[in-house]
Amino acid sequence: MNWEAFWLTVRLAAIVSTLLVAIGIPIAYWITYSRWRWKFLVEAAVALPIVLPPTVLGFYVLVALGSRSPLGRWWESLTGHTLAFTFEGLVVGSLLYSLPFAVQPFAAAFGAVDRTLLQASASLGQSPLQTFRRIVLPLSKAGLITGFALSFAHTLGEFGVVLMVGGNIPGVTRTLSIDIYDQVETANYSSANQTALFLLVVSFFILSIVFGLNRYGLTRRNWAVSPWR
Amino acid sequence: MNKLNKLLTLLFLLAGTFATAQEITVAAAADMSTALPQLVDAYTKKTGQAVKVSFGASGNLTNQIRNGAPFDVFLSADEEYPQQLIAEGLASKETLYRYAVGRLVLWVPSDSPLDLERLGINALLDPSVKKISIANPATAPYGRAAAAALRHFGIYDQVASRLVIGENISQAAQFVESGNAQAGLLALSHALAPAMKDKGRYWAVPLDAYPTLNQAAVVLAKSKQRDAARKFLQFVQTPEAIAVFAKYGFTLPLEKPSTGEIMK
Repeated sequence: MNWEAFWLTVRLAAIVSTLLVAIGIPIAYWITYSRWRWKFLVEAAVALPIVLPPTVLGFYVLVALGSRSPLGRWWESLTGHTLAFTFEGLVVGSLLYSLPFAVQPFAAAFGAVDRTLLQASASLGQSPLQTFRRIVLPLSKAGLITGFALSFAHTLGEFGVVLMVGGNIPGVTRTLSIDIYDQVETANYSSANQTALFLLVVSFFILSIVFGLNRYGLTRRNWAVSPWR
Repeated sequence: MNKLNKLLTLLFLLAGTFATAQEITVAAAADMSTALPQLVDAYTKKTGQAVKVSFGASGNLTNQIRNGAPFDVFLSADEEYPQQLIAEGLASKETLYRYAVGRLVLWVPSDSPLDLERLGINALLDPSVKKISIANPATAPYGRAAAAALRHFGIYDQVASRLVIGENISQAAQFVESGNAQAGLLALSHALAPAMKDKGRYWAVPLDAYPTLNQAAVVLAKSKQRDAARKFLQFVQTPEAIAVFAKYGFTLPLEKPSTGEIMK
């Protein structure tokens, strides 16, 4: 097992899923409560990474954010380097790539909160923000944990984007999935198997927590939240 | 009329699926991605033989062959991988043929301030070079050649932290060509390809700095069309094919390659 790759991958997944909680809650809030007629377009855009091949995202990070593009040059002037081949690049790519895995469970959880509770809260003089903080968020705990866990697990298993923009630098962009690929391509099947088995077990464990939580855990009665709904 | 067109298209597509029965599949090193399509076109025009090509790092392709990939011919970027396959009984020894010698170049984009002619390999030490792309030494002969050259000049440790590793030599080329890396140790065949020719300059790494990239080809043991595969390999040895290789900077294994640097 390549421990350097392991800690790098865990760090990436932890940073990405934490950031996605911060970014995903406002987006999910807006998706749940907005009555804008074109809302479905935003929902479609958020869901895009589920269907798009990672190569599309990798291609745009390389080319649209490379030093040949205005956006890339702006980033370069800010940080001194382009996004490709850096840990930040992987974070940016993974944020986009795992966005729906956070936003969709969040939105499903927010949407499942009984609206009469919101009306009651409003009639008692609470502002929408206070209602959200004190009623919606606590009742959506399972959905929030689901979104966090799914985006963590999804980032853990990310491969295509990293292969395209990472540059396979040990300790910077060589994640576990790339490490497995390298091991397989050089016919080191036993060490590939070690890492692969490890990822398999960890991913199964995380998903078991998610589903167990939704089945028996923090949810009450009909407020159960499935990530797939 | 429209219906007839549709019918014809359908027939054509059906004919296409039948034709695949005689098609041969070539696994080729990524540095061949420039020369080989041209060669295959010429061959198909001449003989009617359809040829499909899969490109990749020679090591990756070797591993795919080990795991049963349905290739008929393997054009490696070195001789070691075909030898391994022969030793494992996966390729036929009598078909082994050195078809070309590849060359390693240091490539920079046109807008690079680096004076390659004056600095040579030491251009990589310039602070403006933040990332240097090479192919993966674990699977790509060009990656191994690049690492060997950097060690030969004694600058490997100084540049190691700035190396970015492409999955194969084509990806390494794409890293510099897209401007994400400032320099790359690439295949001469990529530097001479139309897609990159006008986009940059190169310095040919002297031949004594890395083990010669003797590129060898073999017919694979599991091929169901060995005769067709052999015929294609024979074509690769004709003057016509050699002329195409020469156009992309490949030299012949038998002739003594000049040690003088090619400049551009």
